[in-house]
Amino acid sequence: MDTAKTLFLSTIDYQIKRLGLSGIFLYRTFYQIFTPPYLLEPLLKQLAFIGARSLLVIVVAGLFVGMVIALQFYDTLVRFGSVSLLGSAVGLSLIRELGPVLTALMIIGRAGSAMCAEIGIMRVDNQIDALECMAIDPYRYLFSPRILAGVISVPLLTAIFIVVGIFGGYFVGVILFGVSPGSYFQNMSDTVLNRDIIMGFSKSLVFGLLIVWIACDKGFNMHLDRRGIYGSEGVSRITTEAVVLSSIAILFSDYLLSALIL
Amino acid sequence: MNETSKKTIIDVKGLNAFYGDRQILSDISLEIIENEIMVIMGHSGSGKSTLLRHVLGLNRPVSGSIKILDQEITTLDHYALYELRKKIGVAFQNGAMFSSMNLLENVELPLHEHTRLDKNTIRIMARLKLELMDLGDNESLMPSELSGGMLKRAGLARAVVMDPNILFFDEPSAGLDPVTSAELDDLILQLRDAMNMTIVVVTHELESAFKIADRITVIDKGKQIMTGNKEEIKDSDDPRIINMLQRRAANETINADDYLNKLTRN
Repeated sequence: MDTAKTLFLSTIDYQIKRLGLSGIFLYRTFYQIFTPPYLLEPLLKQLAFIGARSLLVIVVAGLFVGMVIALQFYDTLVRFGSVSLLGSAVGLSLIRELGPVLTALMIIGRAGSAMCAEIGIMRVDNQIDALECMAIDPYRYLFSPRILAGVISVPLLTAIFIVVGIFGGYFVGVILFGVSPGSYFQNMSDTVLNRDIIMGFSKSLVFGLLIVWIACDKGFNMHLDRRGIYGSEGVSRITTEAVVLSSIAILFSDYLLSALIL
Repeated sequence: MNETSKKTIIDVKGLNAFYGDRQILSDISLEIIENEIMVIMGHSGSGKSTLLRHVLGLNRPVSGSIKILDQEITTLDHYALYELRKKIGVAFQNGAMFSSMNLLENVELPLHEHTRLDKNTIRIMARLKLELMDLGDNESLMPSELSGGMLKRAGLARAVVMDPNILFFDEPSAGLDPVTSAELDDLILQLRDAMNMTIVVVTHELESAFKIADRITVIDKGKQIMTGNKEEIKDSDDPRIINMLQRRAANETINADDYLNKLTRN
């Protein structure tokens, strides 16, 4: 009983300290983002990595998600005889929920995991120590371009996801099931308010930050893991942890933001 | 050589270091003077790399003082520490080259970050250092395409590209064949003479230590056994140093019961 209690307390203690470390990590990265000199080249590199190279995945995913929700909504709306609402149903669900969340989950799988593994290997291979010894601040050189790129590219990718999804829905609803094209778009523009777009946009901003923050922090601080797991096993473990943790953080903050804005 | 007139570059006093509850270094005191090559020797796990990490400010000691160029690094904030590190070059054991950049870009990086020189000048300076390390023909290779010896030399090129006052070199000969490691030793001597550097080398290789060292510090199980020039080390009557010089495993007398307990413990 006593050992269970001390184990519990030490776990709490460790998690609080770990959270503090992540906070310091974010603070120092933001500090570097806003202090000159600004590094353009690494930022462009990261924008290409997180943004441009995720484009195909996002387009394909957006298309199928748009198609499947149009299919599901059509089937449901037919029962109520209100097929004309298809456009607003597809638009609202994509803009408010599915667009930001699914884009974020795709980016975690494509860029977040890769980023975490890359930083973790840099830690294991002493490359981060080498940076520090060369008097190059890793927060400035490694993390501020990544965080900035995440915050810029995830909202843009989300927008692309939503637009492609709306046309996927159009394809299923209008072309396959014969809903009138005019009512599809008219209904959508009638029901989607600025507030919905702001909600989707602010979610994607927060998700972009969360993905990169968790991935980089996990990799960078892997040597402080209390289980003392290092080397290749450590990298594989923190990468898994980063993916799981950021997925949960996305879903949790999704609820939080929805509740806050609605 | 009148050594007393020379400046102390690195001054370590009463350094104690822990990993968790495990004491790695106890009461290390070390003075490294200008333009000398100090070799820190010890077995694997003796704490010599930990000592290096503390002197570089990568880890902070539990107690003790470390002064580099008269600055107490244990209390420096990280901006001041970065300023100081611009005068220090570090060559890591495995090179620690950035795998996303080729060799030339790796060596150019510190110049890009810390100087306002134009690109061509930076390129020329980096190439000079690569030529010095005999890597001139390999500048466009990625680190993954290099051999262990080349990686070490590339790490050395990157460490000296800013012309530092102090150079740290972690295990220059570990994992290298004798010829390559002898070449690296020559390079280290050249660097000291041509560029007037103070050099600290961490190694467990006897031969290379005695070839390059002005003075040697021997560390065993986190304790400093002795610091002295080559002759003093050779003449030492400390059994641990004699063992090390004769490449003999330490014959610790073990109680048979203790040994049995150790083997059968859960």
